[in-house]
Amino acid sequence: MNTSSTFPSGEIQRIKGCCISLPGNDIDTDRIIPARFLKCVNFEALGEQVFADDRKELNGFHPFDIPINKGAKILIVNDNFGCGSSREHAPQALMRWGIRGIIGQSFAEIFYGNCLALGIPCATIERRESDELVESVRNKPLTEWDFDLNKLEVSNNNISFKLSIDKGSLGMLINGSWDATSQLISQGEKIDKTIAKLPYLNDFF
Amino acid sequence: MSKNTLYDKVWDLHQVGQLPGGSTQLFIGLHLIHEVTSPQAFAALKEKDLSVRCPERTIATVDHIVPTNNQQRPFADPLAEEMLRTLEMNCSKNGIKFHGIGTGQQGIVHVIAPELGLTQPGMTIACGDSHTSTHGAFGAIAFGIGTSQVRDVLASQSLSINKLKVRRIWVEGELAKGVYAKDLILHIIRTLGVKGGVGYAYEFGGPAIKLLSMEERMTICNMAIEGGARCGYINPDQVTYEYLKGRSHAPTNDAWNKAIKWWKSLCSDEKSIFDDQVNFNATEIAPTVTWGITPAQAIGIDESVPESSSLPKNEKAITEEAYSYMGLKAGQEISGLAIDVCFIGSCTNGRISDLQTAAEIVKGKRVAKGIKAFVVPGSEQVAKAAIHDGLDVIFKQAGFEWREPGCSMCLAMNPDRLEGRQISASSSNRNFKGRQGSASGRTLLMSPAMVAAAAIQGKVTDVRTFFKTNSDQSSKTL
Ligand code: SF4
Repeated sequence: MNTSSTFPSGEIQRIKGCCISLPGNDIDTDRIIPARFLKCVNFEALGEQVFADDRKELNGFHPFDIPINKGAKILIVNDNFGCGSSREHAPQALMRWGIRGIIGQSFAEIFYGNCLALGIPCATIERRESDELVESVRNKPLTEWDFDLNKLEVSNNNISFKLSIDKGSLGMLINGSWDATSQLISQGEKIDKTIAKLPYLNDFF
Repeated sequence: MSKNTLYDKVWDLHQVGQLPGGSTQLFIGLHLIHEVTSPQAFAALKEKDLSVRCPERTIATVDHIVPTNNQQRPFADPLAEEMLRTLEMNCSKNGIKFHGIGTGQQGIVHVIAPELGLTQPGMTIACGDSHTSTHGAFGAIAFGIGTSQVRDVLASQSLSINKLKVRRIWVEGELAKGVYAKDLILHIIRTLGVKGGVGYAYEFGGPAIKLLSMEERMTICNMAIEGGARCGYINPDQVTYEYLKGRSHAPTNDAWNKAIKWWKSLCSDEKSIFDDQVNFNATEIAPTVTWGITPAQAIGIDESVPESSSLPKNEKAITEEAYSYMGLKAGQEISGLAIDVCFIGSCTNGRISDLQTAAEIVKGKRVAKGIKAFVVPGSEQVAKAAIHDGLDVIFKQAGFEWREPGCSMCLAMNPDRLEGRQISASSSNRNFKGRQGSASGRTLLMSPAMVAAAAIQGKVTDVRTFFKTNSDQSSKTL
């Protein structure tokens, strides 16, 4: 299992590695990490528990269990990935399994935000391109891909596919400002000013 | 782009500034925390040597992991006990008010904040839980956040976030007898889809919404997230003010009048511009039940499980997945489907009015043989009010179990779970695969009245037949 030292940090401009494809629309965070595993006060064990129920059901044939996918860093998904519960345990579990970037047709918002806060880019791709990408990953699962945030594409030596990431998140990933905490606390004075003008914090007592 | 809506006005007031990445730094007026999504946030804070910026704007309770049959400490489950201990310790170290078990104020976070009068119009509210949208019922802008963001709000009382578009959901007409807020929101989600609201805040309005009580409005906003909308809200009105008046954290005397004036000024009006609008008519809606594995896979009680060919192409795969997981066939009627477990509770429908409605249905009747039926009040205050009105006795006499407050079988983080392929009629909000604690367990979402009816009949039943029988009987006795 990965250790925290290999987790995303600083500027995130490209992810190089194999792809793993996970078919299905509306894959919710309960499936990514079933609720019983939320009973923890840290995130350490989550990597092994990712997709626990789906994996059990498929008995070794789930993409996350197929040996050839081991070590993959780029996850390819379909539509509305990560819907449902807001649990950050979901991207944490994916990250601890080894995923560093996700490409899909669309993402649920809270999940998307949680990924961004961990430095995991979620890029969208057109459906037709996605089908081709998945096909190509299936045919040659050991191919190394380059998920390039500056060029907004994912490519190997032979083909490339266009990606998009909204401007705000892209900027934050590329310049390393996706870890919002320090930026937010540096605005202490402005926060005080906002507090001062909110009626419910000043006049309602 | 939307303009002059309540969402715009509240957003503008809470903007701290623009962040380098382009998102907004938004001040959070009320931060609600619980045991599941906060421990890692506190740990991160400690790691960075940061403190909680506004402990007085942070409120904690424990809900997800609490057992509902025996709340004696230490809990039987050592992991649950550890989570609660961690929360207690984090709260006491940081000066955060904790509404713990036995205080009379513990309960599901989205139930207690409104009942304590903490949730108020015009606030921004965040909580590490997706159903934070519930608080929008008061005209607050409230959204669920992840643990990293919980850490951010603890550290800075603000969030890095992008503004949503605003869709007005306009509901004409009036809900018929036996049709509830839950049916309305399931109908809306069924129509717009589970991701129809992605990128939007939903403003619910129109005559049918105006007629809803505060608790019904909370049911609507609670499930906005199930339709993909991170926020759902309703403009505050007389119903809102009457609910709030006199609650422990509500303004009093002069401040109350000032507050009402400000709250009124926030409402969307003729000058408001929405990104788009979708219209519904409440009169046409029947009691609605989910048959599948997403809250959008819902049908009226008179309908049958849809043919995948009758649905949009991109829904084919999830529809077929649902047939196989649920063990249902296209064309099969939902009414009459046998069930095993009946659950009344959760932040969607675990409030006092929900319990009253369900109690009316079960009063003087018996739960069908072989059915496990139980009621879990949403909070200690709800439990107290219900006991005061004798609802617990009505339920127990009918064969329901009466439990202590908590999230219970809404999700699988406490001892209340489905077993094997059991099928539940549930007043909660999610019917995802495995949601209720068994990897093959099945959930049918419906209103508390419909759950009550299902418990009595042992199968999915149109609750409206209960009213008919009653009036038939009374006309006979007359
Ligand atoms: S009742 Fe269910 S949906 Fe509501 S907060 Fe608890 S677990 Fe979440």
